[in-house]
Amino acid sequence: MMGRAMRYASARWLVVYAVAYMIFLYAPVILLPLFAFNDGTVVAFPLTGFTTKWFGLLWSTEALHGAVRNSAFVAVSTALISTVLGACAARSASKYRFPGQRGVMGFIMLPLVLPEIIVAVALLVMLIQLGMSLSLWTVIAGHVLICTPFSIAILSSAFAGLEDSLEEASFDLGETRWGTFRRVTLPLIMPGVISSLLITFTISLDEFIIAFFLTGTDVTLPVYIWSQLRFPSKLPSVMALGTILLVLSVALLMVAEVFRRRAVRRQGMDGGSTQGLI
Amino acid sequence: MARTMYRWCSVMGDAQIVPSLSQESRQGLTLISPTLIYALIMLAAPLAMVVAFSFWTQNYLDLDKTLTFDNYREAWTQPIFQVLMWRSLRISLIVTATTVVLAFPVAYYLSFHVRSRKALWLFLITVPFWTSYLLRVFLWKVILGYNGVFNSALMNLGIIDEPLTFILYNANAVVLTLAHAWAPFAILPIFVALEKIDRSLLEAAEDLGDGPVRRFFRITLPLAMPGVVASTLIVLIPTVGDYITPKLVGGTDGLMVANMIQVQFGKANNAPLGAALAVSSMIVVAAISIGIYFAGRKFGGKIR
Repeated sequence: MMGRAMRYASARWLVVYAVAYMIFLYAPVILLPLFAFNDGTVVAFPLTGFTTKWFGLLWSTEALHGAVRNSAFVAVSTALISTVLGACAARSASKYRFPGQRGVMGFIMLPLVLPEIIVAVALLVMLIQLGMSLSLWTVIAGHVLICTPFSIAILSSAFAGLEDSLEEASFDLGETRWGTFRRVTLPLIMPGVISSLLITFTISLDEFIIAFFLTGTDVTLPVYIWSQLRFPSKLPSVMALGTILLVLSVALLMVAEVFRRRAVRRQGMDGGSTQGLI
Repeated sequence: MARTMYRWCSVMGDAQIVPSLSQESRQGLTLISPTLIYALIMLAAPLAMVVAFSFWTQNYLDLDKTLTFDNYREAWTQPIFQVLMWRSLRISLIVTATTVVLAFPVAYYLSFHVRSRKALWLFLITVPFWTSYLLRVFLWKVILGYNGVFNSALMNLGIIDEPLTFILYNANAVVLTLAHAWAPFAILPIFVALEKIDRSLLEAAEDLGDGPVRRFFRITLPLAMPGVVASTLIVLIPTVGDYITPKLVGGTDGLMVANMIQVQFGKANNAPLGAALAVSSMIVVAAISIGIYFAGRKFGGKIR
């Protein structure tokens, strides 16, 4: 009896703690929309009134538009390349066994645990030694490296639920290898592929360190934001820009999550469970 | 890190049996080869080059390729580098400890008390992580600044008369910001480990007369240890090399080793010294990680 009462008490405290923790997690992010719509040139309380002029200011900033275009190009290229590379590795790992597989996979996943500055510096040293000039393509090269492990993690769970018998049936019915992939395998893993594209796109869009080191004269969006942070007068419009990015990231993530759940459900697992998310 | 090294050894060991590959192995290797070749060119080669650089010297644009330990001698003995290295380690150890200790109850709550909305909670925890890291760090600067949100709110409430200055541009600000930024990473591995615990063990302990506290320390915590170790490493390794946070909120007293590495590759134009600093900090972090990994294996994983 005592034990049960204690458990209820501790459960209540845990709820309070968990909610407080979530407030701490979200506290800084909440400030973005708050000050993006605030009619004051300094970012401080009290709020002075409602305005949308900071968003209007973004609309008329040419340099920003260039950065957005660059970032979109980098993020789309990164998403496509790293998802293709991730699909190769995830398929190989889930279907075949070969000597040294653990080592090979561990090496490919290594960028997950390397500090980004190490990856950035290493790539910079090599590119300079090879006499290559820095451009958006060098940023893409770095982003593909750090995004591929995420793609592998997502696609591995998509491939894991795939039944070999479906592909075998397709072969037996006379489809070629490519035909089987296109008509059987690809549709089955499609939700995983879309989820991978969205996640890698989001990572690339937000990544700063590698872009900072490897970018040439064309800057990406985070590098542009970095250059604006020095000027206090630019802060409100940075807040507005941050709000747009926040909404975009959350929207993309929610779509990715919907597709991930659909992928899990398609394989007959419980869609509400946490499998595959981690 | 230890696991990575073990994996390396197994690759080396397996290299000799390549000629007698089965068809399955060949297909598997063919399929993975684009990804592997990419990682070899874009990761293995650059890392090898950084190591090579750290043994060379540079005069403006000329590279002297005579092998020398001078860069390492400088990196390990110059007071400025020692101070930065120690500070980086101290800050990221404090961050790691704080983050993991604060995250554990949340993971525990999710695993043991939330029934039907686990996925939603996990989603909500990961959302802030997906918003720009740069902006999240910058927001802490906005919060903690002289005319910042925190000070202006306190002054409006009449709690303080003039802005607090000790909250920004020092090591404490770096700790707070990093602890916030890496929180989701600490929760997830602990949650996974807690989910794996067989609930009947807890009932057994209770039936055998263990109170909640004793039961926690004899069963829950030891079995959650692999998750605790994983989240410790996931937070520790990247925070030692963090560049943005010290630069934005650290002031001069909060700068860390990554900032110095960037200076060496940039303004100071001494890439070999930068490389030696990078390699040194990787070795130190790897050594600490291996230590934590084995300590975790010794003290956890089984019921006490």
